[in-house]
Amino acid sequence: MTPLALAAVGECVNEKAGVVNIGLEGIFMITSVTGVWTAEVFGNGAMGLLGGALAGAVLGFALGVISVYGRADQIIAGMGLNIFALGFVPFLLISLWAFPGIHIFPNELMVPRWITPFGQVSPVTVFAVLVAFLAHLLLHRTVLGFRIRAVGERPEAVDVAGLRVDHLRLLTSTLGGALAGIGGAFLPLGWFGAVVKEISAGRGFIALACVVFAGLEPLLALGAAMLFGFADGFASAVAVTPGVKERIPFYFVSMIPYVTTLVVVALVIGQRRFPRTIGRPYARE
Amino acid sequence: MKARWHLPRPLIESLVTIFIGLTAGALLMGAFGYSPLRAYQALFIGAFGTPADVLETIAFATPLMLTALTFSVGIRAGLFNIGAEGQMYLGAIGTTFVAGMVSLPPGIHIAAATASGMLFGAAWAMIPALLKVWRGVHEVISTIMANWIAFHLSTYLAINFLGDPTRADRTVPALPTARYPVLTEDATLTAVIFVAIAFCAAIYLYLWGTRAGYELRLGGENPDAARYAGVNANRVILLSFVIGGLAAGLAGASQIIGRPPAWSLYATLGNVATLGFDGIGVALVGRNHPLGGILAAFLFGALAHGGRLMEYQAGVLSELVRALNGIIVVTLAVPEVWAMLRRRRIR
Repeated sequence: MTPLALAAVGECVNEKAGVVNIGLEGIFMITSVTGVWTAEVFGNGAMGLLGGALAGAVLGFALGVISVYGRADQIIAGMGLNIFALGFVPFLLISLWAFPGIHIFPNELMVPRWITPFGQVSPVTVFAVLVAFLAHLLLHRTVLGFRIRAVGERPEAVDVAGLRVDHLRLLTSTLGGALAGIGGAFLPLGWFGAVVKEISAGRGFIALACVVFAGLEPLLALGAAMLFGFADGFASAVAVTPGVKERIPFYFVSMIPYVTTLVVVALVIGQRRFPRTIGRPYARE
Repeated sequence: MKARWHLPRPLIESLVTIFIGLTAGALLMGAFGYSPLRAYQALFIGAFGTPADVLETIAFATPLMLTALTFSVGIRAGLFNIGAEGQMYLGAIGTTFVAGMVSLPPGIHIAAATASGMLFGAAWAMIPALLKVWRGVHEVISTIMANWIAFHLSTYLAINFLGDPTRADRTVPALPTARYPVLTEDATLTAVIFVAIAFCAAIYLYLWGTRAGYELRLGGENPDAARYAGVNANRVILLSFVIGGLAAGLAGASQIIGRPPAWSLYATLGNVATLGFDGIGVALVGRNHPLGGILAAFLFGALAHGGRLMEYQAGVLSELVRALNGIIVVTLAVPEVWAMLRRRRIR
């Protein structure tokens, strides 16, 4: 749930500003590697999250520049990033650790969890919830948030008001990339204890589905991330439950997150409204 | 202004992007301490060094021109069908079933196995198509979800229903009557290449020569004009997904009954995996044109086949070729690059 929530909330703000980032999957993949690498260099899991955030910010910024100044087709550029990651991540894995396809890092680099009376919780999960509320306040209670929403609806009005359309959009795409980067680094450092080249397994696209489900509202995106995260966790739980695991083939259990996503998106879509200029570059008349 | 160009502009643009992709790849290799010169030398020799290598390059190009067609037909209709991957898995399953489990006379068997793969691919494409028509679900999300569901479903079917009792790692091999003839002894190229090229050409004629094809392209180029002209938007969506699914299914079939030595599907889907995604880059370099896709597929086939020698001789992982593919796609997405080039030439 945590990586989904972080990426989805960031993308909500980004799409409010009129920029679409289909490359979340690629950002997840690349930052899972850079996250583990920084964690190993500094000998600290939290530094790994920071390393993921930085790499994510760089990727988000790059996509932002391509979208804003390059006036690119944002869906194709984002897919390009995903395809790049598909080849770059195995290349990185073998170049950094000289082992194909997988890298297992020392256990003490895992991000420690807080022990509460209700069970263990990762500080990153708490952070993700906090970020969702902050993003909500940012969008609906601050001047900057008002400008972000305006730049997605009427960029020409923002321009005439003397504000920089390009800077606002670069800001949101960098922020979205950084949040996705924390999520990407969290995948190995908070969950799996290893990086594999298929680590993200479509979660970047499930995060996009959260954004669609939420109609770009960060708090709803948080809810969607919980729902889809639950489907993910449910699948993992079912896969090891005695009595069930013998009867239902593992392959069908593995489908649960994807089927859930498809069904839920099919049910809620149509009631959602998106910014007027979403996915379109802005040019002065 | 157009008349001053000696080469057609799309060709120049595609060549420039490939150059940018290779340069970026060289920088990546240099950054990690590999020798780009040695790598690209090995890549080139690996792809074109001997006549057998050229044929092998063409064998690598065969599925790519088809998965590229899936994406191109989508783009022509204004859709981002990135579901070739999953449609191809199901196509491979459909072909494996008819080729390995059913006995038919020679000739008919090849045709039946091929058709079965294409139909399975088209059937799988119906999921995102219908979700789009009925509920307006964006095809980027639905095709990716369908890809992952297809991955698990196909693995399950391959292991539980089509498994080879003598080898755990793959499905039953295609019966000899269902195999496309191998063209030469020293390459894995089979006659399926002719089917692939014929299919691309047929879709080209269909899109540019028939009313339905024209409506499909109009729906993608100018949805408003298409609506005023009375084009049924839902029909365009369904048609584009069906053609795409048939092409992806054929791509899957080509790797089962048109590619020695396995003649079967690996339980990991390893002999088809990622061919669908690679098709996106091929389609864009081929300017989303069925015939352009054939040319671009040869280029990416060369990268794929040459990449193996590059890995062997220069130690650069062949998957880096896919990273180049991604950089090429990003570059092609940026119209300002071409605007800059044009401005420079005018000056």
